[in-house]
Amino acid sequence: MNAIKELEREQLRSDVPEIAPGDTVRVAVKVVEGSRERIQVFEGTVMRMRGGGLNKAITVRRIASGVGVERTFMVHAPRIDRIEVVRHGVARRAQLYFLRDRVGKSATLRERRSN
Amino acid sequence: MTRIFQDDGSVVPVSVIEATPNTVTRLRDVEKDGYTAVQLGAGVARRSTKPVAGQFKHLDKDHQRPKSVREFRVDATDGYEVGQELGVDVFEAGELVDVTGVSKGHGFTGVIARHNFKRGPKTHGSDHHRAPGSIGAGTYPGRVWKGTRMAGHMGNEQVTVKKLKVVKIDPERNLILVKGAVPGARNGLLLVQKAK
Repeated sequence: MNAIKELEREQLRSDVPEIAPGDTVRVAVKVVEGSRERIQVFEGTVMRMRGGGLNKAITVRRIASGVGVERTFMVHAPRIDRIEVVRHGVARRAQLYFLRDRVGKSATLRERRSN
Repeated sequence: MTRIFQDDGSVVPVSVIEATPNTVTRLRDVEKDGYTAVQLGAGVARRSTKPVAGQFKHLDKDHQRPKSVREFRVDATDGYEVGQELGVDVFEAGELVDVTGVSKGHGFTGVIARHNFKRGPKTHGSDHHRAPGSIGAGTYPGRVWKGTRMAGHMGNEQVTVKKLKVVKIDPERNLILVKGAVPGARNGLLLVQKAK
């Protein structure tokens, strides 16, 4: 009925796992280097989530060679090969900006108990 | 608006324009009318008055009550015939189009919203918040210049956005996906033309 909603629904991916702030995820992105295409994996903590439906995006933070790196991915983008949830972390807020001020062990989150 | 993921990975913001086929309702020729034009009708009106209905009784049942009718001047009407339908496939992806519509009405607005004037300080004893300030000099000219920007009615006027890129055409659902914003409210009537 609504053309916009229909268009958005068609573009949604069905292989997106349930992700929550605090989770550790492994995002495999297709990267084009010259004429070659390869898959780059980015693993880190989901610091925040934005938007819903087709516009859903996650910001993933990791420490790469001593430097904090944050990358934002559009969850439903076709350039994303796959997203895996490695670990469910306990987060008591929606935006985990406090992780930016933390280094080492204090920057890790407790694992969520599933039972 | 929504967004479309493209094959190369880029994301394009698009406006979705629904365009059910327009019908050629009448052709104007030099002998009879003094000019050449193609008259197009779009949509289906809920009802039409007898004088209006009489204009379209030569068409078949489906096209007798167009919601909107407009004539387009052409050099020659060859290739068009009454009753013919023009769908979204007159456009193709990658083409540039001009989109005309009636902008959203904002009612009587102040000078800040309407002309992007600066606001005065809100606090610190200021009593000059959203007022326009000076509207001219004193003894000369002794009046306010014509065209001075002031508060008044904003919106609800014809606006054309030029050179928007057609991202995609969907003939099955009669959709035109155009990059960027388009004038007017949702479900408003738009005129889409090839960019000049």
